[in-house]
Amino acid sequence: MPEMRILMAHIDSPGQCHIQTYERHGGYQAVRKAIPHIPPEEIKEWVKESGLRGRGGAGFLTGLKWGFLPQERALPKYLVCNCDESEPGTFKDRLLIERDPHQLVEGIILSAYAIDAHLAFIYARGEFFEGMAKLRVAIEEAKEKGYVGSPILTSPFSLEIILHPGAGAYIAGEETALLNSLEGFRATPRLKPPFPAVAGLYGKPTIVNNVETLCNVVHIVNHGAEWFKSIGKPKNTGTKIFQISGQVRRPGCYEFPLGIPLREVLEAAGGMLPGRQFKACYPGGSSCSLLTLSDLDISMDFETLMARDSALGTASLIVMDDSADMVKVAHRLMQFYQNESCGKCTPCREGTRWMVQVLARIEAGGGTYRDLSLLQEVCSSMAATSFCALAIGAAPPILSAIKEFKQEFEHYIRKNPRADETPEMRISYPYQCL
Amino acid sequence: MLSEKTKQKILALQKLYPEMRSALIPALHLAQREAGYLSVETQREVARLFGLDPNEINAIVTFYDMFFEKPVGKHLIHICKNVSCMLRGGDELMALVCDKLQVKPGKTTADGEFTVMASECLAACDRAPMMMVDKKVMGPVKDEDIDCLLAEAKRGVSDA
Repeated sequence: MPEMRILMAHIDSPGQCHIQTYERHGGYQAVRKAIPHIPPEEIKEWVKESGLRGRGGAGFLTGLKWGFLPQERALPKYLVCNCDESEPGTFKDRLLIERDPHQLVEGIILSAYAIDAHLAFIYARGEFFEGMAKLRVAIEEAKEKGYVGSPILTSPFSLEIILHPGAGAYIAGEETALLNSLEGFRATPRLKPPFPAVAGLYGKPTIVNNVETLCNVVHIVNHGAEWFKSIGKPKNTGTKIFQISGQVRRPGCYEFPLGIPLREVLEAAGGMLPGRQFKACYPGGSSCSLLTLSDLDISMDFETLMARDSALGTASLIVMDDSADMVKVAHRLMQFYQNESCGKCTPCREGTRWMVQVLARIEAGGGTYRDLSLLQEVCSSMAATSFCALAIGAAPPILSAIKEFKQEFEHYIRKNPRADETPEMRISYPYQCL
Repeated sequence: MLSEKTKQKILALQKLYPEMRSALIPALHLAQREAGYLSVETQREVARLFGLDPNEINAIVTFYDMFFEKPVGKHLIHICKNVSCMLRGGDELMALVCDKLQVKPGKTTADGEFTVMASECLAACDRAPMMMVDKKVMGPVKDEDIDCLLAEAKRGVSDA
């Protein structure tokens, strides 16, 4: 199947970051069409009808999320764009803001109009220097043209957009942790409920949407919900930017309708490196279970991957070939979760460290068979008792590596001549600083 | 001591948000840009500007990876160690850069020019193995390009 570029239609056009070029390519038509001619409720209805699901990883229905906002129009409401892209293997938001920043600005204007928010924030990860510079210019240009500010075009609707830099924390991508960070605190998650739509930023109703989600709103307003629904498959409508990294010939972003077979996504990236065979891939960033050779025809959509005990997540494929060492991969990923655990809850803070220590021992040739069941026990108790989804996401990449490639772990364990007498691994202090 | 200009910028940032504490992280970025790192003294200055206890500031500084409590090199080299880069030679890139600069990961070169840091995923996995030198993303980094990239960094090309 050839690529279907909607969000990525103009990312290679020179000058796309500037408003003249963006407008020449049809940019801000959706804003001109909608504001003030179409009532906000109608746009909300279109988004609901389109079946658009959040592109930040969880796949929650965007229209449903918006519907959770209280109805009173007098209440201040906020729109927050989650641009804290930090899930390993994920690099679509970087592309969208560096190559077509106005598309995001337009999506924010339309979404803010729909939910009646007069202040919107873009929370960008602090390391996105180029993307933030592009967004800053885009917001200024949109202001000069009257698309942002007060009022917008001929309507009474006004909107300010604040570009806010993060400072390096994976957990800030969790929406309530993001709100804490945006309020000037540590990025630790909040207890839900109340959900942000009821009590979010500064305790006010707030919608947090991913960059790619908001970009989709532009095209839904331009072409309608029916058009959007005609792409992809039922419950998985629209296109998705698949990001492919790891051991393929042409790593990069490729846009396809949801539901495309895994095999075709891999083919788009040029297939495996010369002389190499596909071994496995994480299909949705690192926080999901591995897919293997028997999954090549699986449909890349939210339901199918969930039924396979994996997840579409951010549709970020980390691809491994037959040369990849799965023990090393598992160890490296667990180090990531340990480093990024915010420390708020004990199961995640201690559990991720414990698992890093166990995996390090296995990789160093000092592991035991008991270590494998210990990893499973720690994973399941961590996932069952942790405060937020970080620790829940830390379990499947490791558990699936053990499940699918147990012989590789056993190969390392056999290097330990005393594997039978080695005592069970206890978490040790002080922590190793990684 | 923070310059008057930076202080004014921080005060302006505070007014941008519905609640001024929201300006804290952007303010710490500004302070760090000027001072190079966030010393106890700089943290106290920022605390005063926000009417907060210095411990509150320290809680933020110690939480986020981009803030430094100790001096770092004039140029920062972040080398991604996460899986997508590891699968394409990220560890070898780290070893090579450290070897060329005669420095260990996490440390600063003797001349104070570079600090080399292992980084988590920087959202540029299509460019693996990648590194970020100051504000510039580089990759896929080939062994033979490293000398040139480091020389460029020294001239401040990646700082803009």
